[in-house]
Amino acid sequence: MSIQVQNISKSYKDNFAIAAVSFDVKEGEIFGLIGPDGAGKTTLFRILTTLLLANEGTATVAGFDVVADYKSIRRSIGYMPGKFSLYQDLTVAENLSFFATIFGTTLEENYDVIKEIYVQIEPFKDRRAGALSGGMKQKLALCCALIHKPKVLFLDEPTTGVDPVSRKEFWDMLKRLQQRGITILVSTPYMDEAALCDRIALIQKGAVLKIDTPENIISKYDKTIYDVRTKNTHQLIQDLKEYPSQYSVYAFGEYIHYCDKTDDFNSIELENYLKQRNHTEIEIRVSKTSIEDIFMDLTTLNQ
Amino acid sequence: MSQEKIIEVKNLSKKFGSFTAVDNISFDVYKGEIFGFLGANGAGKTTAMKMLIGISRPTSGEVTVAGYDVKTAAEMVKKSIGYMSQRFSMYDDLTIKENITFFGGIYGLSRNKIKEKTAQLVSELGLEDAVDKLVGDLPLGWKQKLSFSVALLHEPKIVFLDEPTGGVDPITRRQFWEMIYAEAHKGTTIFVTTHYMDEAEYCDRVSIMVEGHIEALDTPKNLKQQFNVESMNDVFLKLARNVE
Amino acid sequence: MKRFIGFVTKEFYHIFRDKRSMFILFGMPIAQIMLFGFAITNEINNVNIAILDKSKDTKTQKIINKISASKYFYIEQEISSEYQIESIFKKGKVKAVLVFENHFVKNLQTQKQAKVQVITDATDPNIANTITNYVNAILQNHTQEINNTNQPAYQIQTQTQLYYNPELKSVFTFVPGVMTVILMLVSAMMTSISITREKELGTMEVLLVSPLNPLQVILGKVFPYIFLSIINATVIVVLGVFVFGMPIEGSILLLAFESILFIITALSLGILISTLSNSQQTAMMISLMGLMLPVIILSGFIFPLSSMPLPLQVISNIIPAKWFIIIIKAIMLKGASIEIIWKETLILIGMTLFFIVLSIKKYKIRLE
Repeated sequence: MSIQVQNISKSYKDNFAIAAVSFDVKEGEIFGLIGPDGAGKTTLFRILTTLLLANEGTATVAGFDVVADYKSIRRSIGYMPGKFSLYQDLTVAENLSFFATIFGTTLEENYDVIKEIYVQIEPFKDRRAGALSGGMKQKLALCCALIHKPKVLFLDEPTTGVDPVSRKEFWDMLKRLQQRGITILVSTPYMDEAALCDRIALIQKGAVLKIDTPENIISKYDKTIYDVRTKNTHQLIQDLKEYPSQYSVYAFGEYIHYCDKTDDFNSIELENYLKQRNHTEIEIRVSKTSIEDIFMDLTTLNQ
Repeated sequence: MSQEKIIEVKNLSKKFGSFTAVDNISFDVYKGEIFGFLGANGAGKTTAMKMLIGISRPTSGEVTVAGYDVKTAAEMVKKSIGYMSQRFSMYDDLTIKENITFFGGIYGLSRNKIKEKTAQLVSELGLEDAVDKLVGDLPLGWKQKLSFSVALLHEPKIVFLDEPTGGVDPITRRQFWEMIYAEAHKGTTIFVTTHYMDEAEYCDRVSIMVEGHIEALDTPKNLKQQFNVESMNDVFLKLARNVE
Repeated sequence: MKRFIGFVTKEFYHIFRDKRSMFILFGMPIAQIMLFGFAITNEINNVNIAILDKSKDTKTQKIINKISASKYFYIEQEISSEYQIESIFKKGKVKAVLVFENHFVKNLQTQKQAKVQVITDATDPNIANTITNYVNAILQNHTQEINNTNQPAYQIQTQTQLYYNPELKSVFTFVPGVMTVILMLVSAMMTSISITREKELGTMEVLLVSPLNPLQVILGKVFPYIFLSIINATVIVVLGVFVFGMPIEGSILLLAFESILFIITALSLGILISTLSNSQQTAMMISLMGLMLPVIILSGFIFPLSSMPLPLQVISNIIPAKWFIIIIKAIMLKGASIEIIWKETLILIGMTLFFIVLSIKKYKIRLE
């Protein structure tokens, strides 16, 4: 086990940031913590990177206890906090060599680890980090976190606020790092990124809703979700919400995701109902369930 | 949706020294439309948006918003628009009521109007019991919805939303979009930027900026057809890749 | 060691790339010294005064000539009646009026004394006071001359003699004061801001998670400022000596030692502040309100401590700046050696140790 978390709780004053969270991350795995802001992702990261002490529970990282062996952990992990923590007034090259020095290494020594990522930002190596675009800052921050060849990599919302292209590139890089045997714990508010992890924990308001592989979570989900579309989306949402047996109605891209309470849902009946309400160009089909659907269902059930 | 143009942009450019952030873009937004304004980081989205809301002067080109020229009548433009950004929403150390009163005040709403609006807004959002709570104590999702309502306080013709749903949980995000739909239904024009590609699908029309240019502008459906892909995310990836 | 050098290099990059830091570091000391040295002074020069000479005899003329010959006063006008006094004060043209009584010479000869009235505009009490003193001095000087020639005349004279700063040059008190303020500003405020900036940026998180131990982080952050503070102190002393002619009576080595001691005191205060605050703003507020104000007001730099109410005098004892000002004044003006200022030095050392221990205790290896 690369990371073991057992019943970790942390509260600020009277508010629980995380409550009795447990999970394991296997060696060489990409493990995703998926949840919105305020779910407790950052608190959990800080506990595991030895920056915060939990109120209850125990955790180990790379075999070391987060409280007793915090010094050993600090030597063997790479950490990229929420806001890309770079020195804005230092150049790309200066940032890298600074982080290399404080970890007691040099750029040359571990060049092979960061090479693939570094070549993309190398043309800008004399530019100040503050003048880089979001995607490039993200790459530089990743290089800085990797410079000492960590065994475990902690990435706290590395793709937040970054455009889809950079996000995709970033995940490709993570896959390649994984092949080098680095264990990666990554958090994200983007549910569509869940599918890119080996295993995920869905978290909301400090509690874990589910832990499994993305495929298992989807295949074990017992409800059927339908894609519904008509010409007038706004009206469609209103009308679906008034349909007697509706369980949930959520806008999803160009379709509305509709879920029914009953097991014997008949799409013809729904179509007739929508026709009655003057909808045109009606389209109803079984949808491909996504992690986001399940997350929304679980959070509603949890409340 | 009507064919009445509410935003007209002609050959708009913005240069910072030798760097051209926005390079000769032209587009129109129609009344009551939900217009998605997408682009990669650093593509010039924010710069373009700042020019539309009259807080940054174009280097060249023409912009008319709600019938006013942003160069000569920036103050009138500001009166006709609402603005909500992810970063600045509201004062955390004021209560909901105080925030509404303050923002109503800066848009010159009368005391009675503010009272009436407060009551309406609070009941719509189901916040009756929370009016005297500090905004800082509200969950993020509520704050977001509240600041959207506050941006609409002075009944603007156009609302500019700059990544309004960043980090919000998926259910609240949907509720937020339902509010947007409802508002557009009343005839308010919505101009929105987002990083969630599924949200791009909710828009009537979408423009995608790449390196200062508008590379694509159409309904999500047409764009997907044009690029022969399944989702807006793929449209986006294809476009950005073509440029590289 | 390599880590340390890397850290310090990075710190210097921050400083040299930030225009504001550069200004505070190098512009401020020079600006302040020049400002205090030239503009803000207790000395008076060419103050406009008016004369009301009711006697108009040879004696009064002599005195008037003497006054007008001094560089301190300029006789703006001569007035003829008491009624004019108020109006010329109101116009603000003159700061003082000298009134010679009727029959000045006669009174001097018959009654062995004559009166000169000095009426000053006391809206600025400091200046009024100084003017009175200066006029007194000139008159006394004159009477002395008379007495020497016209013996026998018995008159009790007060004689003041000023030690260490016989010309009452205010720059002599300001140089140590400015040096104290600048060292406090650079060392305490700049370090606390630069440490909290890392907290704000989130880079502190990365530093904490790195194998660097807290002491290395702190030393790395503080070292450049020790270096810069020493340069600053040197610049100020050099300016004081060469531009304003300030003496260094005592040992330069001792002066350097005491300055470095004070720099360390201020740095440890800066570290303490940074452990208490999470944003640059708070650090700045605490430094300004908690350090700069007491340094300026309670250290004896501008306002004499002896004329303060007792509680404030007691409080002033806990302000390191007070002791440092006493020390450098003693070294520079009195030529004092360590035997004389050992007590103040010990107090400063004690305070420094206290702050260092406290900030090490307060310094967290974690975020909260």
